[in-house]
Amino acid sequence: MWNKRKEEEYPPKAPATPAAQTSPNKENPSMSTNPAPSHHPTESRGPAVIGKSVMIKGQIFSREDLTIDGEIDGSVELHEHRLTVGPNGKLQAGVKAREVVVLGTIHGNVEASDKIDIRKDAKLVGDIKTARIVIEDGAYFKGSIDIARPEAPRVAAAPAKPQLTGATAASTASSAAPAPAEVR
Amino acid sequence: MLKDRLGIEPFSPSLHSAPKKGAAPQNRASNGLDQFFAGLQDQQGLSILDFSGASQANISFITSMGHRIYSNDALRTMEEAFGGDGDFIANQSDPERASRFLRENLEFAERSFDGALIWDTLQFLAPPLLQDTVDRLYRILRPGSALLAFFHADEKAQSAPLYTYRIVESKIMSLTPRHQVRPVQYFNNRSLEKLFQNFSSVKFFLTRDHLREVIVRR
Repeated sequence: MWNKRKEEEYPPKAPATPAAQTSPNKENPSMSTNPAPSHHPTESRGPAVIGKSVMIKGQIFSREDLTIDGEIDGSVELHEHRLTVGPNGKLQAGVKAREVVVLGTIHGNVEASDKIDIRKDAKLVGDIKTARIVIEDGAYFKGSIDIARPEAPRVAAAPAKPQLTGATAASTASSAAPAPAEVR
Repeated sequence: MLKDRLGIEPFSPSLHSAPKKGAAPQNRASNGLDQFFAGLQDQQGLSILDFSGASQANISFITSMGHRIYSNDALRTMEEAFGGDGDFIANQSDPERASRFLRENLEFAERSFDGALIWDTLQFLAPPLLQDTVDRLYRILRPGSALLAFFHADEKAQSAPLYTYRIVESKIMSLTPRHQVRPVQYFNNRSLEKLFQNFSSVKFFLTRDHLREVIVRR
């Protein structure tokens, strides 16, 4: 793992590709071309995965997409990301995520701010709250479904023009844009 | 045994399995469904119980009306509770099994629902579990709410088709044949009125395919 001192000595370099290979660095000719490990959780490198031999009791919080193929007893929260419960995944847990894809089993309530997708052979027992739901034939679901669609953004109402008194209206009209002709 | 006394064939062990191959869904108009949804018009945020098992069609239709749906595959839980060892109908007399069935299907607070789509589930229940189930449905429905149930009406038939029911529109449903089974008992109008005697009204519609659609008001 790079520490700060080493970063100063060997600044991280983008991985070399055949089409974009750069000329060797003359100052550090022996520098490795392996990509430096990234510390940014948002950089794209696939979802985090909990494998099928892993069992966790407790709370899971994630700031990236997560695939669970193991067993979880507790709760799982990924507010802005997608949770995929793989075919071997078994959750005895409440779930909160932006999107939830179920191929395995969930026993617990699920809140998906965007969408929940229950695939064939999946099993979900619990209450669902989501904006959209897709359920394939062959999936098993028992529980309630509340569709909570996000409200459409309201167009801000134009501020009401203040009612002007006679004197004020006359002085304002002379300096403002031409008013439409008065209809009598 | 009940089976020998009533000459009832062994119950199919896989009620909740997929529709038989090649079976195409048939759309048909339903007065019962029409009456059921007419009572929900101009309202939002109601809770509807659906015993047909979760399906995209039913979920989309009911939630698009602004209501909440509670889905359960009652036939599947019936088979899990009463299938396996022994006779399906005789097993319904087992207090533990009957209690498990009621717990898994109807364990709700009183007056939890504004409507219930029971489809043809009730015709596979034997007394006294049948009456216990209807009494529970009465308690979990709010006053004024409707219950829709189907009963096969042809008493001369040796067996009745078991369907998967899906809502197409408020007046149209889709029926996909699954199996041929013999209902536990056949009902006429009088016996249905007696079954739903605690409810405020019972209305019948008889269809061409010998299905008696029953709308009951709590």
